[in-house]
Amino acid sequence: MQDVLFYIFAGLTLGFGFLVVANPFSRNPVTSALFLVLTIVSLAALFVTLHAFFLAAVQILVCAGAVMVVFLFVIMLLALEVEERRQVKKLGLVGGSAVALAFAALVGTAIVRSPTGTGQPPTLEGSTHVLGELLFRQYLLPFEILSVLLLVAMVGVILLSKKDLK
Amino acid sequence: MTVGLEHYLIVSALLFSLGLLGVVLRRNLLLIYLSLEMMLNAANLALVAFSRFNHNLDGQVMVFFVITVAAAEVAVGLALIVALYRRRQSAHIEDLASLRL
Repeated sequence: MQDVLFYIFAGLTLGFGFLVVANPFSRNPVTSALFLVLTIVSLAALFVTLHAFFLAAVQILVCAGAVMVVFLFVIMLLALEVEERRQVKKLGLVGGSAVALAFAALVGTAIVRSPTGTGQPPTLEGSTHVLGELLFRQYLLPFEILSVLLLVAMVGVILLSKKDLK
Repeated sequence: MTVGLEHYLIVSALLFSLGLLGVVLRRNLLLIYLSLEMMLNAANLALVAFSRFNHNLDGQVMVFFVITVAAAEVAVGLALIVALYRRRQSAHIEDLASLRL
């Protein structure tokens, strides 16, 4: 059952991911952003099949919720309805696809050729309780640094969005 | 065949390559940014899979940090894009090729 769910959601993730990058039906950035939301939601489902329940919830709340709302807000603010079709450089198209394909082939062969694990079924559960314990004991300092980073980002964004940027 | 670590890693690698393809091929600044976000999520999937199959929760804490840093990065990056758009009235990367404003 779990294997079937993995294949379903892996297929959905990759399919939606492809539609973000190269949608044959629409060149509208809003469509791409909404397909990214679907990609993130099916990734959260993959997290659930890995028993990372807390991260699945965070993924949907933060990535699909907050981050994508900001993205859609900016896309609509800039009124980029349809990405302009311009002369595409053939060399760039071929070269870029070749680079991405070569990267996929490289990582794929590395994964396939590497020895598989011990074979015993995994038992780890990513529940909120254990994760919180780990986060607030062993990783307390990185957590606090992260809060400072968020504050810095917030101040930076306010400064950047001033009208007369010096 | 039961689903193991390598299945998740393959999905993660493919999603990462799709994101890379988007970054290289798309010409719109915001779509490049969307593809970057997808690459970050692909890396997250690999981390969670490693964490589950190695019986170690550190990977999931790492993913938690990655999600937070990605949120901060999106906020700053989008502010930069909006500021750039105000100056140049374009989000097409070939219009943004020079360093001087």
